[in-house]
Amino acid sequence: MTTRRELLAGAAGLLGGAMLAGATTAHAAQQGAAAAPPPDVPPDATKLQGAPTSAVGSRSPFVTPARTPVGEVTGSSLTPLHELTGTITPADLHFERHHAGIPKIDPARHTLLIHGLVARPLVFTLADIKRFPQVTRTHFVECSGNGRAAYRDPKPEMTAQKVCGLFGNSEWTGVPLRTLLEEAGAKPAATWFLAEGGDACVMTRSIPMAKAMDDALVVWAQNGEPIRPEQGFPLRLLLPGFEGNANVKWLRRLELGTAPWMTRWETSKYTDPLPDGTARQFSFELDARSIITSPTVPQQIAKGTWPVSGLAWSGRGVIKRVEVSTDGGTTWHDAELQGTPLPKAAVRFTHQWEWDGRDATLLSRAIDETGYVQPTRTALMKVRGPGTDFHFNHIVGWRVTPDGHIAFHGET
Amino acid sequence: MRARHLFVLTAVGAAAVAAACKGGSAEGPKYALGRAATPAEVAALDIDAAPDGHGLPPGHGSVADGAALFQAKCAMCHGPKGEGMPPAFPALVGRDAKGEGFPFATDYKITRTIGNYWPHATTLFDYVRRAMPHPAPGSLTNDETYALTAWLLAANQVIPADAVLDSARLMQVKMPYRDRFVPDNRHGGAELK
Repeated sequence: MTTRRELLAGAAGLLGGAMLAGATTAHAAQQGAAAAPPPDVPPDATKLQGAPTSAVGSRSPFVTPARTPVGEVTGSSLTPLHELTGTITPADLHFERHHAGIPKIDPARHTLLIHGLVARPLVFTLADIKRFPQVTRTHFVECSGNGRAAYRDPKPEMTAQKVCGLFGNSEWTGVPLRTLLEEAGAKPAATWFLAEGGDACVMTRSIPMAKAMDDALVVWAQNGEPIRPEQGFPLRLLLPGFEGNANVKWLRRLELGTAPWMTRWETSKYTDPLPDGTARQFSFELDARSIITSPTVPQQIAKGTWPVSGLAWSGRGVIKRVEVSTDGGTTWHDAELQGTPLPKAAVRFTHQWEWDGRDATLLSRAIDETGYVQPTRTALMKVRGPGTDFHFNHIVGWRVTPDGHIAFHGET
Repeated sequence: MRARHLFVLTAVGAAAVAAACKGGSAEGPKYALGRAATPAEVAALDIDAAPDGHGLPPGHGSVADGAALFQAKCAMCHGPKGEGMPPAFPALVGRDAKGEGFPFATDYKITRTIGNYWPHATTLFDYVRRAMPHPAPGSLTNDETYALTAWLLAANQVIPADAVLDSARLMQVKMPYRDRFVPDNRHGGAELK
């Protein structure tokens, strides 16, 4: 055993140390923690039996994506977009945003009350809701505050996580909200509904009935398993394309009425001050956006071929085109969209880039089915002002210097 | 019934919703899942208070009572004068010249407060009742909630320092910048708004 341990330590030093140095340093700097020792691996994995089965899988010890920051009681954590590929966000890395912490809820005791302008006020258990005809759909959830720091004060060391990490894309399973409201006999006079969560601030948002009758869902599963507590276990409202806050988690009550309730989260917060001295209210839809996630900070790259890869989405429907520039926006190339873009869902784009080793600035620009073109920061700031508070969907990018160093480029 | 002119749906949208809802109402439940909610169950959860006074409970509270309550139950997080400890505990009070006239889009560092931003006084009652105080959310009586609402509005120079609030008086309070809030005019397409 002593011999093997020595062998392992030696191997880790020789093989793992050099490979891991960059990633570990960056990770430690980000976390503010001491660097972890290299993972314990044999010099040749084919020469001994592997690990047995286990109840729950875990990531390779060489792969350590993490949400950040941790420990926020009334705040948020960010999805590590720069460490993910494809379009589905692993549920345990999906960003968190809550206004009063994550409640502990017993699913056997959780109910959903529907009342107000309905013929039949009803109470549903979770078991009841799971018996309705189900749908499974892929949609993104994005906080409308996503990108605030990069809009207001872009800094070269910002990662894609820091710039755009209040974003996740998941496969959701649930029942159309319309089905539940029809079961309760929604009255034609109802034009708005109130959605209420079961957390410590009993969070509430007013939503137009038109959304309920269109594509709103009440969901209980995310990526093939029950929704995790931080995403709303056991039930959440899912309003495709609408700002994250309106997708009320821990959903316990729906009230139908004829006007918005003017809750704190649709007046004091989640309103958009504009340069003309007004504030836009009920700005639900998230405009089209894209971000390159690789190669980005803190990667170091060498001359040669690189897939410039990222995510694009629109709260108004399908992404029609994503363009990539490698020269700071002088010329644009149509990126390849991987798979068929879905409405109000993320699509992965790539553009194969031959880097000649000279200064380069990588940008991406999304265009959606309404003809909306993702704007530059300068253009967005002109119409919204530098102090506006939500909906920061401007073009962002990455500056590559001849030494292969990558820095965030936010001043588009 | 609530009806406020600013955010009513367009005639077309309302008609579409009405048509969509007709089937469910007329035909009765389709799946016979769930059970009837009792009036008591609804009343236990239905605590929302709206600008037209819907949901505001009986009770009353004075600015003076609210001042004492604020020091006892709120000041440890929001500061003795409601100045806040941002970002976790926002400033509640503030009517300095810099924040008047709704200049918020020009500079994000200008502090938004109840007095210089919030469009509806009923929002304050609704939020305090459901979510505050932070260490014991939902623990305030209706009288305490009216009193705290009164103190916060007085400290923001919205109502007089000797005011007493009840449901009728609260729904009549007009916030200084209520008229600055406008509906979303973005609808996709090429034009950036």
